[in-house]
Amino acid sequence: MTTAIVTSGLVKTFGATRALDGLDLTVSTGEVHGFLGPNGAGKSTTIRVLLGLLRADSGEVSLLGGDPWRDAVALHRRLAYVPGDVELWPNLTGGEAIDLLGRLRGGLDRRRRDELIERFDLDPRKKGRTYSKGNRQKVAIVAALASDAELLLLDEPTAGLDPLMESVFQDIINQMKAEGRTVLLSSHILAQVEKLADTISIIRQGRIVQSGSLVEMRHLTRTTIEAVTAAPATGLASLGGVHDLDVDDGRVRFAVDGEYLDAAVKHLSGFGIRSLTSHPPTLEELMLRHYGDELAAANGNGAD
Amino acid sequence: MATTTPHRPVVADPVPIRPPRGGGPFTGTAMLVRFALRRDRFRIPAWLVGITAVQVGGAAMYPDLYPTAVDRRIQATIVVENPAMRAMTGPAHGLDQPTYGALLSNEFLGLVAVVVALMSVLLVVRHTRAEEEAGRAELVLASSVGRYAHLAAALVTVAGASLLLGLLVALGLGTLGIESVGWSGSFVLGAALAAVGLVFAAVAAVAAQVTAYGRAAAGAAGAVIGVAYAVRAIGDMADNGLSWLSPIGWAQATAPYVRDDVWPLALALAAALGLSGLAFRLAARRDHGAGLVTPRPGTVAGSRWLVSPLGFAWRLQRTALLWWSVAMLLVGLAYGSAVDILEEDADNEIVQELVAAAGGTTLTESWLSVILTVTAIVATVAGVIAALRPRREELSGRAEPVLATALARTTWVATHAAIAMAGGVVLLAVTGAALGGTGALVTGEADLFGQVLGASVAYAPALWLTTALAVAVFGLAPRAIGVVWALLVYAVLMVYLGGLLQLPQWMLNLSPYTHVPGMPAAEFTIWPLAALTAIAAVLVAVGLYAFRRRDLH
Repeated sequence: MTTAIVTSGLVKTFGATRALDGLDLTVSTGEVHGFLGPNGAGKSTTIRVLLGLLRADSGEVSLLGGDPWRDAVALHRRLAYVPGDVELWPNLTGGEAIDLLGRLRGGLDRRRRDELIERFDLDPRKKGRTYSKGNRQKVAIVAALASDAELLLLDEPTAGLDPLMESVFQDIINQMKAEGRTVLLSSHILAQVEKLADTISIIRQGRIVQSGSLVEMRHLTRTTIEAVTAAPATGLASLGGVHDLDVDDGRVRFAVDGEYLDAAVKHLSGFGIRSLTSHPPTLEELMLRHYGDELAAANGNGAD
Repeated sequence: MATTTPHRPVVADPVPIRPPRGGGPFTGTAMLVRFALRRDRFRIPAWLVGITAVQVGGAAMYPDLYPTAVDRRIQATIVVENPAMRAMTGPAHGLDQPTYGALLSNEFLGLVAVVVALMSVLLVVRHTRAEEEAGRAELVLASSVGRYAHLAAALVTVAGASLLLGLLVALGLGTLGIESVGWSGSFVLGAALAAVGLVFAAVAAVAAQVTAYGRAAAGAAGAVIGVAYAVRAIGDMADNGLSWLSPIGWAQATAPYVRDDVWPLALALAAALGLSGLAFRLAARRDHGAGLVTPRPGTVAGSRWLVSPLGFAWRLQRTALLWWSVAMLLVGLAYGSAVDILEEDADNEIVQELVAAAGGTTLTESWLSVILTVTAIVATVAGVIAALRPRREELSGRAEPVLATALARTTWVATHAAIAMAGGVVLLAVTGAALGGTGALVTGEADLFGQVLGASVAYAPALWLTTALAVAVFGLAPRAIGVVWALLVYAVLMVYLGGLLQLPQWMLNLSPYTHVPGMPAAEFTIWPLAALTAIAAVLVAVGLYAFRRRDLH
């Protein structure tokens, strides 16, 4: 599998702030890659370096086989971008802005443009200054998605969209994926990433702290087990990898590390399982694993 | 504990909801005034100190400049006998007995009044329409702040700044202790400046209601300043009472140090109150965020021309350039129609001497040369604003999606620079054609049209150089863009004060406009123009190269 985006050791500073601090990001061609992190972690800076709008202080970047700073114009013909906070020209209509951005890129598919306008329920005759935030966002989304770009760089693209439009957006991204396009989707809406992304990178303070498929990442973390057993379950506490054990008569609840899951379930079956539910870790829990210490510090105690 | 007290629903003893008291449309004005002062804690003092320094500093030079009564009389004769000088400065009150005070108020009051008017306009728009357009006013209005509080606070703030400025100028001039520059005249001059500030604050308040955009409001009010100056210029030149239609004319009618007549300022006060009242009435008739005109739906698709880089740049620039053209056309027509008034004075002996000293052949020619320098500098302001459009796009975040397309950065900036420079030449041509055309009509000399048009367009290389400097600064150090405006202010000062204060030649040479042959009075020479054009080309190249290499904001 080829890679659409590779960065290694990317560093970008703004004065004393180190926005990117040795960022290593890899996005394979044809995948939807979720790019997760809270505000200020460096998501937008990364994307702006990938667009050649910012020049990295050090480190390597390869985008579609080229250098985003040196080959900016040639690469921009092959990619489309949606910023998280869209500003439009006050005296251009939405339709004009869509055509402008599409054509400056190198052309757009008229049929798809009209279809997208229809699906997103956008009035293209209104002037830029009269659009709400959500509608400005739609203009940028339509301009990007109506293109034939092989790579889509989306920086929190659905900020301001209502849930209905959010689901339209998800349909279209899935369609894009089926067409074999690569998508880098920066977001902090975990449900959206969970639904769309094949692989995920979590960024924190300018570094990627974890990267991989959701399946892999889940394996690395804890699964929550709830079970009702015929005989009271004992001895779980002495098993490896079991946490937060809570036993109440025949009812037992605990979290277990991915690699000990098999052993724990086997042990449990010795007591006669009446019912068993297991929850894989949500993306939220994955994120919290990396940001948990910050939360704990913010809450003023280090308790688990 | 819970079992010992009887169960009582929380709602049984609600806090009585009182209607808010004092919730009028002006609620919160005082708070917003404090807020405006906090936001402008550097800006307003900078205006006040800057204007006071120019006025008082200029006055302080007079005893050295005109040590004897004879020196003063020569200077006064230049103004009295030359209608062109009267057009530039003001009515020649008291110049038959030219005291320092009479010269001072004649030479400075009109020019400083324009700067005071500019301060008022920019400050009022900044705290009214610009806030509303940015959406910040909405946030404030959602708290317990009245509908008119922003407008009222802006007017109170700027009125206060104007009055304080008048006081500072009066105190500064009074303490100089120059003979004939006494306390009462200084206070009249300060009051005249303050009155101009009040009137144009109210003008800006009206403009901010009519249009929904801060820049358009500032532009419209700025145009009123220009018209006010031009009206009094024609009035003072022809001495026909037309100056009484101009707020700047009212200020000059006080004749500080000569008559010390404050009554014309009653007109200013009445105009300020009337226009402020109009602004509030207009505010009552419109929705928040809207102007007085409702927008219509536009086209569904972008035309072939719009979606090309040059077409796109043109689309962003065309409205502004159109309005500039209209303004320059009016200025050209106004000055052109004054040419025959000049001709009447042409036989005067002193005027002829003056003309010879200026290197010209006729009074009309030397007057036109000066006027064309000034209009060229004004046209350059339009060019610089157009060339700096990419900076505005960058700061607003609109540049980002555009530069994420296949549009090269250099192309993007170059298209705007090209429109700025070509547009500037169009403005020079419009001014020259209007001035020369009406001049030719009123005097019956058909040659004047071609002469003036050519002389005006000859300023193109100087305009290009200044515009190119804006491109270079945008690429190299966009935060230092003030340098370009400083150069323009300097160029204006050289035109107005260079001759009056007899500044050394090297100071005049720092302005690119000095190097353009001042036709029709002077002969045409190609080399200075070629040199200016070459420097402009280098500056553009530097700007494009530097912008290609810097981070986008």
